[in-house]
Amino acid sequence: MSDTVPAGLYEQLANQMSQVIGFIYPNEVETHWSILIVVYPYLTGIVAGAFILASLVKVFNVVEVQPIYRLALLTALSFMLIAGLPLQLHLGHPERAWEIFMTPQPTSAMAMFGFVYLWYLLGILLIEVWLEYRQQLVLMAREANNGLMKFLYSALSLFSTDVSPEAVAWDHRASRIVTIIGIPSAFLLHGYVGFIFGSVKANPWWGSVLMPIVFLMSAIVSGIAMVMLVYMVLCALRREKIDMRCLDKVGLFLLVAIIVDFALEGLDYIHRVYQSEESIKILGQLVLVKLFTSLVILQVALGMLLPLLILALVRSKRFSDDMRKVMYFASVLLIELGIFSMRWNVVIGGQMFSKSFRGLMAYKMELTGIESLLMAIVLLSLPFIILTVLHHLLPTRWMEEHGLAAH
Amino acid sequence: MNKRDFLKDAILFFPAAGVLQALACKAEGKELSASATTGYDQAQHWYGMGVDVDKCIGCNRCVEACKAENHVPDEPYFFRTWIERYTIRAHGEVTVECISTKTPEQRLAEQSEPIDPSVLRTFFVPKLCNQCANPPCVQVCPVGATFQTKDGVVLVDETRCIGCRYCIQACPYGARYLNPYTRTADKCTFCYHRVTKNLLPACVEVCPTEARIFGDLKAKADRLVRFQRQNVISVLKPDLNTEPKVRYARLDGEVR
Repeated sequence: MSDTVPAGLYEQLANQMSQVIGFIYPNEVETHWSILIVVYPYLTGIVAGAFILASLVKVFNVVEVQPIYRLALLTALSFMLIAGLPLQLHLGHPERAWEIFMTPQPTSAMAMFGFVYLWYLLGILLIEVWLEYRQQLVLMAREANNGLMKFLYSALSLFSTDVSPEAVAWDHRASRIVTIIGIPSAFLLHGYVGFIFGSVKANPWWGSVLMPIVFLMSAIVSGIAMVMLVYMVLCALRREKIDMRCLDKVGLFLLVAIIVDFALEGLDYIHRVYQSEESIKILGQLVLVKLFTSLVILQVALGMLLPLLILALVRSKRFSDDMRKVMYFASVLLIELGIFSMRWNVVIGGQMFSKSFRGLMAYKMELTGIESLLMAIVLLSLPFIILTVLHHLLPTRWMEEHGLAAH
Repeated sequence: MNKRDFLKDAILFFPAAGVLQALACKAEGKELSASATTGYDQAQHWYGMGVDVDKCIGCNRCVEACKAENHVPDEPYFFRTWIERYTIRAHGEVTVECISTKTPEQRLAEQSEPIDPSVLRTFFVPKLCNQCANPPCVQVCPVGATFQTKDGVVLVDETRCIGCRYCIQACPYGARYLNPYTRTADKCTFCYHRVTKNLLPACVEVCPTEARIFGDLKAKADRLVRFQRQNVISVLKPDLNTEPKVRYARLDGEVR
């Protein structure tokens, strides 16, 4: 046992205790899952959503989406590399995290998630990216003038050299198979995150059979929106013309996804209100007193209904390309805000009412420190930094555009 | 597969299986069973606690004894056991407070407050880990750090707990907290270090009114078994199917 407690803990708890409304169990003052656990499903959702968007090209041959295929893959990979970090940082004993893999408890939803995460990263994403880039990496290694870059590209291609048409055709076939396996894996990845919350029977805000599917749909929404956002920003930075055919098609998928997501979340709320179980009163208070801004205004009104309206409007009227760009851009920003709020409302909201159903707690977020706003901002920025690096190493443009000819 | 391949695979397989088995034993906490050395046989017991709600006078001694015995931090955010006070008024209005988070001075001052005529009745309810027979906290622990002993006590191995706090979220009774010193999940152990030596848990030992009855549900002539036979018994949140082994006598329906 150490002699010290984390700095500022008691002050934070005293502050939270002073804001308790009604009666709570005394151990409930501490908000056990903080802002970092809000960041984690947000990041994972983007991974799953971006991958599913990419799979539209490979498996369903949606040619319009081809220009952002590689970008979607790299986005998924960038967010995936960081997705586990908030969990790791949140642990009381981060140095014991490996125990989840060494001595997993088979009945624990969380233990199995470790394997799902690893499978998705190592078994799907990295292989998919490698297959997609192998031929180009070999060619880039050949043409690099700098010894270091030559080595780096060769290493990234795992020192393969064969770029014969047969080998490339094999890459394509394998990549398609990996994507086909990847779709259910992506569903599993984020459905599982929902299950971690949805299976907690002690918590009526979380315990819902719809939770995995709601998480999955919101993941698809956030992932598609994020790839659109990255694509639009990238085009602006490169001073390149946005492929409007592609953007319109992705916008259509986004509209469909958001409608399904809205329907599912709406069903969840209607079901709760109509069933009117023991917890309904405290959950009603939770929404009105604690979550009104983050749920009613940010998540539903601004983060879901408004972008839904804009995306529907884009399709119903003839807007100019520039106008559509503005509308898409506004929509995806609002959607990202809405989905982040949704993660907040689930994770933090679920810890703001007492399991005695007689009181409400407060969460006072720290500004600096490990579980703080600053750390959340750092974690949310890291995928973009990784994406920038990856994008420099692995161009999202096709070989022809890079002046590399297939041999 | 020919004979040579088979033997080669077998040579690899058996040591690997041995390593895995050793890890699995460790994960299940099997090395903890020490019946051979101490003469205490876990399988012979199944511990529980009875709480006679009418007898609790809200003196908070159980809470203080528990904190002292088990090194629970003094701050009012960490409890292995605590006392709730219910006040029921004429129009059905219910007020619940946790008296254990108050200072002794605050509790004393409350005693001298004038009696409110609208109050129909008040009563105290001691709370603690329910030592569920079907514990959701054990189910969710990703590393098996929290486990149920053969004698029915849910414990946390603080050398294995990773501090993910999933068990705290999964407990419907708010019985767990994160120990700020060890950074691991912590909870009532029924004073396992005492009961396995035939001593009573600290809270039971100090209770001046015998509102808490500790016992062995496997022993036919046990006090707890008799307590269960002679009283109307309820458990907290029975609909969650956690099968609590803390059994309350004459528990008011307002108590969750």
